[in-house]
Amino acid sequence: MGNYLFTQPFFKKNGKAVAIYFLVAIVFWFVFLVIIPQLYMLDLSFRSNVPPLARGGPQDFYTMEHYQHFVFGSKTSLEAFNFVDLGVFGRTILVSIMVTIANLLFCYPIAFYIAKIANPSTARLLIVSLIIPFWINELLRSFALRILFANEGVINNFLTGIGVIDQSILFITYDIGLYTGLVYAYILLMMFPLYNAIESLDINQIEAAKDLGSSSLRTHWRIVIPHAKPGIVSGCTMVFMLTVGALATPVVLSSPNTLWFPQLIYQWFNMNDNWSRGSAYSIILLIISVIFVLAMMRIFKVKIGEIIK
Amino acid sequence: MSADVELNNVSVTFGSFYAAKSVNVKINGGEFFSFLGPSGCGKTTLLRAISGFQDPSEGSVLIDNKDMFGIGPNKRPTSLIFQNLALFPLMSVSENIAFSLEVRGVSKKDRQKRADELLELIALEGQGEKKVHQLSGGQKQRVAIARALAVEPKVLLLDEPLSALDLKLRQRMRTELREIQKRVNITFIYITHDQGEALTMSDRIAVMNDGEIEQIGPCDEVYNNPLTPFVATFVGENNPLFGTVKDINQNKVKIETPDGDFLSTMNENKKLNIGDEAIAFVRPESLFIPRDGDNFDNQIEVNIESFEFEGNIKNFYATLKSGTRIKFSIPNAIDTSSISSGTKLQLGFESIKSSILPKAQLAID
Repeated sequence: MGNYLFTQPFFKKNGKAVAIYFLVAIVFWFVFLVIIPQLYMLDLSFRSNVPPLARGGPQDFYTMEHYQHFVFGSKTSLEAFNFVDLGVFGRTILVSIMVTIANLLFCYPIAFYIAKIANPSTARLLIVSLIIPFWINELLRSFALRILFANEGVINNFLTGIGVIDQSILFITYDIGLYTGLVYAYILLMMFPLYNAIESLDINQIEAAKDLGSSSLRTHWRIVIPHAKPGIVSGCTMVFMLTVGALATPVVLSSPNTLWFPQLIYQWFNMNDNWSRGSAYSIILLIISVIFVLAMMRIFKVKIGEIIK
Repeated sequence: MSADVELNNVSVTFGSFYAAKSVNVKINGGEFFSFLGPSGCGKTTLLRAISGFQDPSEGSVLIDNKDMFGIGPNKRPTSLIFQNLALFPLMSVSENIAFSLEVRGVSKKDRQKRADELLELIALEGQGEKKVHQLSGGQKQRVAIARALAVEPKVLLLDEPLSALDLKLRQRMRTELREIQKRVNITFIYITHDQGEALTMSDRIAVMNDGEIEQIGPCDEVYNNPLTPFVATFVGENNPLFGTVKDINQNKVKIETPDGDFLSTMNENKKLNIGDEAIAFVRPESLFIPRDGDNFDNQIEVNIESFEFEGNIKNFYATLKSGTRIKFSIPNAIDTSSISSGTKLQLGFESIKSSILPKAQLAID
């Protein structure tokens, strides 16, 4: 058996030591860091919420109550919907989709410019200046935006100072700060897949389209975007998943009146001490993320292998 | 419909570097015209200036007597075939061919009709639904031509499109290109570093070096009467014999070299005077082993060093008295079994088959 394993091409190509390291590392990562915690959460989400000591006791039983609570707001009644939680969930999904689209619209021209128009030294400079702000922690970046957008913040003070407005604009109250922060938070995860995809396009393709009479807009539509499709899908799925699961940015930047879905999960886990319900809400979020990825792949007719590339 | 293309004093500069320098040429409508030169000689720059990707820094490009300055490639009556063809891999063959019609808002039905016509022209009927990667090299080539012809351009520009093909296919495509050009009857401007391609297909060629045109003319004229030592050695092979002009009689010039005096023919555009430093050129195929009764204008004594077999011909490498190396070719049909390295031979060549030019840079230095 062992001999059989060691004669496989994977072992021959990488050598025994490296191959074993890869196998162990991948198995460890996948089993211990991905599968077991997720299975544990899945299990927990279907159990009644009991203190650790009562686990396995008569009060610990399988139930749908947490999922039911998400939809109906009650363990027993199915009459009224849980508009609060459903509202937070729906808004989180919707805003995340908008954030993803905004990110795509914002990044595409820049990625195209860096990949195909800028000369190499300008391109390097631009890439570095995109990366450097992300050396700063996400939380700090969010606070920096908060300072900018606060009612007595930098922007309002500046605008009132030069007399453009006489009353502060309520950026935080209207969640403008939050949206900006979310768009900014994961922008590199849109930028780099897009850049990579566009960069690999032969410049002659663009010139050929132009030579055949195509306008710039149509060249993008017919040549560049179809070529960059895997990068677009890859960037969109990553940005969407991270945005929909963002915690730090909403905690710092959302208005006091609104909640982001992960804040709700956080509350169930940490403030209400209800891990089962928190798990159920997490599973719901996970399912939505997976559905989003599958939908993107279906809509853009892209295979999973192309996205990873 | 074909168009004249005129380059008036065209220069293209990148910083202080002249990629093309004061180029003047008038290409007639319906002509197959080639720019021939080594890589980096500026021929691609000229093509980009004609197609509209690069406006000239000085001078003007006229197509049908209209100055094209500032008019983009999508607005010019030209089509460019790229070196790597640049077919669109995500589109079908038909979509590729009809792309120029699609961007002009032609209806799907008419596009399909035109694509089918062109597929017939390039002998790929019924293959329009295929993806580009399913085609062979030669088929891709023909699709690129069809795509460029779909809008009925007045000028077709070709940037070494045959360089990626293997020898046999390249030779067949030469004939095919020439035939397509005759059928559609538009101006073809062809860029190549391959003198074989230029000579077989073109009506006229322009030989370029260092951004400048060295000679323009019909193929046989450029080959037989080169204007500069560069042209003499770049277009085909040539043996240079360095010396000084000893005597001039009309267009016959006697040159004195360390290996003896030779009679050569002077190009009427390149006047020489007695005492000038000059180079007489004689091509490998113009050197003969004299047979009984042969009487050549020039005799030259050589010492055979080595030879190679090329198929239809055999190439012999030999040294002259002075140590100068020369090459000559004998048709395979002639028996040369008595010649081997170390053999001393008398070769002959006619003065009419030798050209003499003022000394200047060669292409093979």
